[in-house]
Amino acid sequence: MKKSVVFGALTVAGLAAGAAAAGTLDDVKARGKLNCGVTTGLVGFAAPDANGEWMGFDVGVCRAVAAAVLGDPKAVEFVPTTGKTRFTALASGEIDMLARNTTWTFSRDVDLKFTFVGVNYYDGQGFMVPKELGVSSAKELDGATVCIQTGTTTELNLADFFRSNNISYEPVPIETNAEAQQQYLAGACDVYTTDASGLAATRATFEDPSAHVLLPEIISKEPLGPLVRHGDDAWGDVVRWSLNALITAEELGVTSANIGEMAAGTNNPEINRLLGTEGNLGEMLGLSADWGKNAVMAGGNYGELFEGNIGESTPIGLARGLNAQWTDGGLIYSPPFR
Amino acid sequence: MSDVSFVRTEMLPEKEPPGSSVGVIGWMRANLFDGVINSILTILSLIFCYFVLEGLLSWTFQSVWNASSLTECREVMVATWGKTHGHACWAVINDRWLQLLYGFYPPYPAEAGVNFGEGTGSWPAYFRPNLSFVLLLIAVAPVLFDKLPRKLLIVTAVYPFLMPWLMWGGSLWGPLMVAAGFGIGLLAYRLLTPVIGGLGGIIVAIALPVIWWLFLVGSVAAGLESVVSISIPEVESRKFGGFMLSILIGVVAIGCSLPIGIVLALGRQSDLMIVKTLCVGFIEFIRGVPLITLLFVASVLLNIFLPPGTEFDIILRVLIMVTLFASAYMAEVVRGGLAALPKGQYEGADSLGLNYWQSQRLIIMPQALKISIPGIVSTFIGVFKDTTLVSIIGLLDPLGLSNAIRADAAWNGIYWELFAFIAFLFFVFCFGMSRYSMYLERKLHKGH
Repeated sequence: MKKSVVFGALTVAGLAAGAAAAGTLDDVKARGKLNCGVTTGLVGFAAPDANGEWMGFDVGVCRAVAAAVLGDPKAVEFVPTTGKTRFTALASGEIDMLARNTTWTFSRDVDLKFTFVGVNYYDGQGFMVPKELGVSSAKELDGATVCIQTGTTTELNLADFFRSNNISYEPVPIETNAEAQQQYLAGACDVYTTDASGLAATRATFEDPSAHVLLPEIISKEPLGPLVRHGDDAWGDVVRWSLNALITAEELGVTSANIGEMAAGTNNPEINRLLGTEGNLGEMLGLSADWGKNAVMAGGNYGELFEGNIGESTPIGLARGLNAQWTDGGLIYSPPFR
Repeated sequence: MSDVSFVRTEMLPEKEPPGSSVGVIGWMRANLFDGVINSILTILSLIFCYFVLEGLLSWTFQSVWNASSLTECREVMVATWGKTHGHACWAVINDRWLQLLYGFYPPYPAEAGVNFGEGTGSWPAYFRPNLSFVLLLIAVAPVLFDKLPRKLLIVTAVYPFLMPWLMWGGSLWGPLMVAAGFGIGLLAYRLLTPVIGGLGGIIVAIALPVIWWLFLVGSVAAGLESVVSISIPEVESRKFGGFMLSILIGVVAIGCSLPIGIVLALGRQSDLMIVKTLCVGFIEFIRGVPLITLLFVASVLLNIFLPPGTEFDIILRVLIMVTLFASAYMAEVVRGGLAALPKGQYEGADSLGLNYWQSQRLIIMPQALKISIPGIVSTFIGVFKDTTLVSIIGLLDPLGLSNAIRADAAWNGIYWELFAFIAFLFFVFCFGMSRYSMYLERKLHKGH
């Protein structure tokens, strides 16, 4: 009897949760603020500056969505999440979207009931070794000691790679990236392996970055992208097309510098549709006509966000590589605005 | 015949002890160079101390205070000392110390229409958390030192309601109405006890305020606010961080856990079956799970179980969980004190004709708590340090912030300076608590 009451209450709560989650777009508009989950701190992707303002590549996506929906890139509440709390925070509705360098995998998409709306960074697992080791390929690492973060997909990828190449290694388990840097510099391991972007950021902090090399092998696919809850397709569309607006803006040459004159009207109908001077794309999404313009103005187009936060002019110094536009031989590709 | 005496009739004056057994030399002979082995050990220790201090002091004091990034720090070090090894880059503390202390708490909380922010210019930065901290010191002073005027206890009584208002802002009517709940309970007890008897009086005196807090406070406070508006700009919980957050969680958990712990300890010794079972169950359950589990429940599980749209403040959830955790431990510490009292004390109290509460208040508790002081204080210190665990659920306490600061491209790769600063601040607080407990033990030691 008592049990059935408890289960009944839970069911009602669950149903109510489903009902409320059906209208995230309306919730965000009513609240006047976007709750965006970010990491508690990852160089180049999300970090608070000295004034408590969040900066970074993932943060730029949050701001673009806020600008598209609410017209104000500052109308974001950044909720720092850890690797352990991020998915429950999203599932429970504490945050509206998660932009936290999260790898798009089958089980997260299907089993955890999330919708990945796109990819904003194509990452992959790489290796860093000291130059004096004289290694030029990961396949020469037979018998090496490897610093590896436990409980991550990198650990499994590493085991797969070494097994398939018939070579052995000795893992040095570590908990955080900070610990890994210290262990690696102290010589506790010959090799440090994690996502290539993380390796580049780590190497940039060394006193002598040129004494360490990143090996050419990338042994895994880590497409990182923003995600939303399953079942709210209207909201998923808003986040997906806000990201696509940034990508398309770069492809079409719309930057935060020239967007003012472009928004006055151009000869290119796709730019006009993107910026809302032609067609009714904004209306279809349930947003204002200038949503695309606002999204791009928030922090610039995709290329500007990349260059400003993690690109070659920053200390992290990542090349575009896979993350170049498809027209430049990369994978960044947006469906057309039509 | 002369009177020759071989026995000295007057006392010789005391001679100075030999120079080698007094003063610095004597002390060193007695304590440092007492035998060959001890001499060798002393010399080895001195050499060890020299090497440790040589590295540590030069690292601490030959350091860079003004730089905007780690790279700049390293450039300055190379320019000044020729190497980067062995020199601290305190510039990161210089750059971020306000953040480490206050998190993202706005220095001048402001909001449209309320003239209480930066625009007025007359308020110093961070005056709200600073004022809360100063008031905290004033509020605990009369509790800690019995020589101070008793009138200061008024501040102690007001503080639990004033502090949340200062920290979170909003309407003053909210805390006032919560405080009024206690008044309602007391009034009900006074008025109803003669009419319906002691037990009924207590039940009503507990039930009425609970009903008041659960269902009426919100609307009454809102109503009063619309009539007479007394409010300051609100600050969201997400803005809390740094040491302010640690101290907030620590102080609330410490302040609430002692009374709750005493009640639980008494309940565990009670003859009433239900009370005893509840207390034992609570204590054993809470002590049986790690604090991190409770924090995850607070941060993750409650979100899923509570109906959507419920705004249950994350810091409030954490405060409740940490308080429950500390209370269970406190209950066992106090129970240890109760068990250490000889049975004669209980029987003596009974033979004087004191009732249960009188004997607890006058005879049992003063002795039991005195015995438990070291345990209580070490629980306090433990709780205060455990507050750093909240970084695991994404709250930006000092350790969480150190990670966030490192994630800034300018400071990526800096470790020891941040941890040293955080450790220093924690040490100041914990050492202070520990010294106070030793003072208290000496003061209360009656020598029996």
